[in-house]
Amino acid sequence: MKSAVIVFPGSNCDRDLAVAFREISGQEPAMVWHGDSKLPDGLDIIGVPGGFSYGDYLRSGAMAARSPIMRAVADAAARGVAVIGICNGFQILTEAGLLPGALMRNAGINFVCRNVQLGVANNQTLFTTAYEAGEAISVPVAHHDGNYQADTETLDRLEGEGRVALRYLETVNGSARNIAGIVNESGNVIGMMPHPERAIDARHGGTDGRRLFDSILSRFVTA
Amino acid sequence: MKARIFVTLKPGVLDPQGKAIHHALAGLGFDGVNDVRAGKVIELDLADDTGDAAIDEMCRKLLANTVIENYRIERLG
Repeated sequence: MKSAVIVFPGSNCDRDLAVAFREISGQEPAMVWHGDSKLPDGLDIIGVPGGFSYGDYLRSGAMAARSPIMRAVADAAARGVAVIGICNGFQILTEAGLLPGALMRNAGINFVCRNVQLGVANNQTLFTTAYEAGEAISVPVAHHDGNYQADTETLDRLEGEGRVALRYLETVNGSARNIAGIVNESGNVIGMMPHPERAIDARHGGTDGRRLFDSILSRFVTA
Repeated sequence: MKARIFVTLKPGVLDPQGKAIHHALAGLGFDGVNDVRAGKVIELDLADDTGDAAIDEMCRKLLANTVIENYRIERLG
């Protein structure tokens, strides 16, 4: 599985995501700077990492979404390359228009940093096949702007098309319908606020995030 | 030529920041505040021949997220 991780000024989960890609696939990911306009050839997956790109100036993810490399990411996504946006990466993908809706300030105003219970709402997405349908998993969140909002029509469409991949099983940030992660229409782009890359090693407190990467890998091994 | 862009959350969108300000005002003893909505003002210093369409495009492409925000443009001559 050939992977790349985009690095923005202010990214802070880029190396964690690179470790996850390396651990699961056995291949070294390419680290790609936001100012570059080209991605390496032949990528299977692109990771848009968490952090505070551009200091969250204007809106979380707003500046990063307009950086040169994101045009290449959008082109790759349109060609069917898998894209995973985690935390700030999710905010960037919505700001870039690759996913619908917006991530707003947490309803409780506080930064939330803890393990949360998630339900696998759809285990048929590219990113969730290694989970059981409806399984409850524990994955950390660490965000201030994780409150997912979209208009009712968009929310209904996401639900109707099985595009809600992950849902909070507890009150976390006020997200509409407890949405924690969604996929795009063609199913190759996921955005999620929780950090699966921080839950791949038992020494770090849990491994429930690992199967998300296993799911992706299985697609590229059998293909 | 300067222009001021007022970016505000759409009606109905929850504004936790506005709620916190509202709460703080009440704590200071200011009664009779029915609601508070916070937004932002962006001031642009523009070339004199910048057209309305260009400013509008700046708002739609970057300055406001039209999923959740409205914007209003005010030219300052």
